[in-house]
Order: sequence, then C-alpha cells, then structure tokens
Amino acid sequence: MKRDVKGKNQKDVFTKRVMLTFSRRLVSKPVMYRLIKEYDIAINILFAKVLPNETGKLVVEFSSTDEKKIQKGFSFLKSLGVKIEPISKEIIRDEENCIDCGACTSVCRSQALSIDKETFELIFDSNRCVLCEMCIHACPMRAISITF
Amino acid sequence: MGFERTIEEINEKIRSGKVVVVTAEEIIQMAERDGYDNTFKKVDVVTTGTFGPMCSSGAFINFGHSDPPIKMQKVWLNDVPAYGGIAAVDVYIGATELSETKGFEYGGAHVIEDLISDKPVKLKAISYVTDCYPRREIETYINRKMLNQAYLFNPRNAYQNYVVAVNTSDRTIYTYMGILFPKMANATYCSAGQLSPLINDPFYDTIGIGTKIFLGGAQGFIVWEGTQHAPSVARNERGIPIGGAGTIAVIGDLKTMSRRYIRAAVFERYGVSIYIGLGIPIPILNEKIFKNVLVRDEDIHVPVIDYSVGRRKRPVLGIVNYKQLRSGSITIRGKEIKTAPISSYKMAREIAQELKTWILNGKFFLTNYVHPLPKEQNVKSLDINTIDDLEVEV
Repeated sequence: MKRDVKGKNQKDVFTKRVMLTFSRRLVSKPVMYRLIKEYDIAINILFAKVLPNETGKLVVEFSSTDEKKIQKGFSFLKSLGVKIEPISKEIIRDEENCIDCGACTSVCRSQALSIDKETFELIFDSNRCVLCEMCIHACPMRAISITF
Repeated sequence: MGFERTIEEINEKIRSGKVVVVTAEEIIQMAERDGYDNTFKKVDVVTTGTFGPMCSSGAFINFGHSDPPIKMQKVWLNDVPAYGGIAAVDVYIGATELSETKGFEYGGAHVIEDLISDKPVKLKAISYVTDCYPRREIETYINRKMLNQAYLFNPRNAYQNYVVAVNTSDRTIYTYMGILFPKMANATYCSAGQLSPLINDPFYDTIGIGTKIFLGGAQGFIVWEGTQHAPSVARNERGIPIGGAGTIAVIGDLKTMSRRYIRAAVFERYGVSIYIGLGIPIPILNEKIFKNVLVRDEDIHVPVIDYSVGRRKRPVLGIVNYKQLRSGSITIRGKEIKTAPISSYKMAREIAQELKTWILNGKFFLTNYVHPLPKEQNVKSLDINTIDDLEVEV
C-alpha cells in the first residue's frame, strides 16, 4: 500500500497499518526496538494495550522507503509468533441503522469519524482509525461493530 | 410592513396548490438572496425539524380482551414492564423502562420501535381474579395491526434549546449526553439549532395546544405544555432562551409511524432513550413571526455545563453558540475542546423537507392552536420535606 503521509515529500514512502497481537511471553521483549534498530523501519504506535503477563495488542503504522524492509520486518514478527492483521476494515458501520447523529464522533480521538459540514452525514475514514473501539460504546443505535 | 396572513388563507393556498413553503434553513438563504421584504411577502409557511433523544416518551396501548378476559395488573412487553394500573387491557409503555432480561440493551423504546417495525412482540400479564376478569395470566404475541389503539403520548418533547455537556473531573463519565472524557477532552450538544421547532417560534406565537405536527413520520398534535416547560429562563437579545426552556407534550398514532423517525437508543452505562423525529410548520402570519424564523445558529446561545458535578445545580463554564459548536471545537477556560452532536442534523433537515413536501402536496393543512402555551413559568425543584413542612398555618 502506498500512502501520502503529511508533512514530507512522500512519493517513495511505503506505509502499512496493522494490528499486532503478542503472546503474554513476548510482552516483556523489546520487539519494537529490534524492528527499528535491525530492520530500519519507522514505527508509529497508534494504539497499545500492553500489560504484564497479558496478551498485548498494538496498532502500528510501519513506514519505510523500501517496501522490502517492511516485508522483512513482518517476517521477523511472524518468526516470533506475533499475529499480524491488516486493520482497514475492522470497524463496521451499519449504514442501514446509522442515523448520522454524530455521537460517535465525540469519542473518536483519531478523527476517523466525523460529520460532514455540508451534508451532515457521518464519514468514516478507516485510514485514521486506531481501533480504540470507543465508538462502539458511544453509538446510541448500536450500529457500530468490529470484525474479529 | 403591515402585511398579514391568516391560517385560513394559507390552507386555501395549500388547496389550490399555490402555497410557498420552505424550511427554516432555506429561509435564511432566501432572505439573503431575495431580500427581506420579498421573502416575507412570498413565503407562507416555514417548516422545522428535530431528531434527538427524548426520554420523556411512551405509548398507550389497548390490546383488546382475551377469552376469558383478564384485568392486566402487571404487564410485560418483550420482558419490559408496562404500566397496567388503568383499565383492564390498557397499558402505558415508557421509553426508558428497562428489560428485566436484557438490562440497558433493550427497553420500552425498543418495544415501541419493534411495534412500528411490524415485528411480533411478546405480551405477558398476570393478575388477581375477579368475577369480571376470571383469567389469572396470559402469554401471547401481538403486532401493531392487531391492537385497538396504539399511540405515542410523549409528556416532554422538542426542548427549546438545551445545554452543552463537558466533564472537568479526572474520570470518564457516562451520561445521556454521551461519553464525556476527563478534563474537558470533549463536549456534546443536542439541538437542531436553527432548524429546531421552538427556537423558530421563541414566544409560541403560532405553536400551542392543538397545533398539528409531524411526529414519527405521521401527523400528530401538541396536546399540552411539556413537563418542565420553563419559558421564563434568561433569553438573549433575539429572545432565544439560553438553555432548555419551552417544551411540548405530543400525541400521534403509532400505527402509522415509520421506524425511520422513531428509533430506540442506548446510552452506554446510562440506559435506554428514544430518538423522536418531530417537525412543526410555522405559518408566517405577520412580520414578527417572520423575523423569528430567520434565526441562525450563531443567534442561539447555550450554556456549557459541567456534568461531573452530580448535583441539581451544575456549574456553568461558559456560553457558546451553535455555529461555534458545529465548527467542531469551542474554547472554554482557555482550552480548545472538540465538540460533537448527539441529535442528528441530517435527519432534522430530512424531517423539515418531508413536512414541506406534505404541505406542498396538499397532505397536511395548518391549524390554529386552540389554547396558547404558558409564556411565563419556571421549573420547580423537589425538596425533601416532612409533612410538617407542608402544614399550612391558618
């Protein structure tokens, strides 16, 4: 996937946004450090739930000018037993049941959910979503769900 | 300009297909484009709309009699208790009543939505036995077609303005204004603003008891002042109340309503509510009424309230307007706060458009009210009294 990242001339930067699930055993290991140091990948942690002795979850954006480096990084993670899932389609908005009220936008810190200023329709930009799941609880219509 | 119209003249124009109707949003642009005088002379009716959570809602239902008959003393619809302390097979199901099996995720509002969606609903009732009503219990399924009467009777709808909710505490709080993050990280508001019915007729010049309205996709009526109707709250220079003020009690036939405009809602860790689609036509009878419908979001001021204070009187942290709120952020105590609506402006627009279409197509005629709403009144509060406190000294 090729995506423009704000603020730079990003023609040749490749980014991939994934959710990583770590086993309890791995939570104590410096995995991100090795990705940066040994695989030369720029890492942006968008969401993290890492607690001692619990399965860890991270939503991470990987960027590099060399797409192969990202692939090698993924191979490294897989070799450790980290589960890698693409995230773009995880949050599902049930358009049939959505009333475009905007209650979900109040809890969306990443601004993936917003109300269009002209049409007043709800907009969901999955690229911005960090899977915090707050919108699921905030939706009065129970029209937002997550696919797991 | 001494120009005036009557409702009878407007209805004649509806009949002859010559009526000019625009929404409360459209009239703002129209007055800018065509000029104030032209717009006033041209437009007969302005339609308003709102679609937000209105807890004080519910439905009266009459089931008809079973054989042998029962006096329904305790009644449940899909496990949600309904009030049966009226005649044998009449009940009232309140929107916020919770399911005894599903808790916060299902309530009276969902029963009402299911009935409007033509879904079957489980009816269970138990009772004491009398000569008139020998049956002790009943369990059956109903849908709205089988009911004798089913009508919404909402004691308080269409609040004239409301508040902005924030949370200054250190923990997230869960409210009927949505989830509020600590340290004022977000703010929520709930009004159709410039499209809102009572904002467009701030002194109730045309809206009163007997006014015919759009309610849940059907034609309904205003039947009384709403509970907590408080027209005497402070108003701005345009006469718009700063905060919740006037309210209306409304009635409408559930059997002809549409699910698009009546939706059950769950507010996380708060409970069940119901989104009510409501629209009121405002006949442009004179210039004062015309001036009032030109109200814009920036003319409507609303207090920012700290919902972390669990008391009757909560601190007011500032006053903002709806234009600022809809821009996406407000500044309170030097802090920029992200804002978000709880009511649907898109649906409010749709309701105003729908009502406009009804009038243009000759399906909806306007009414004179039969009695005005109170114009001076405050909300009373409840104190903890002993019987002696209430003894009147003679």
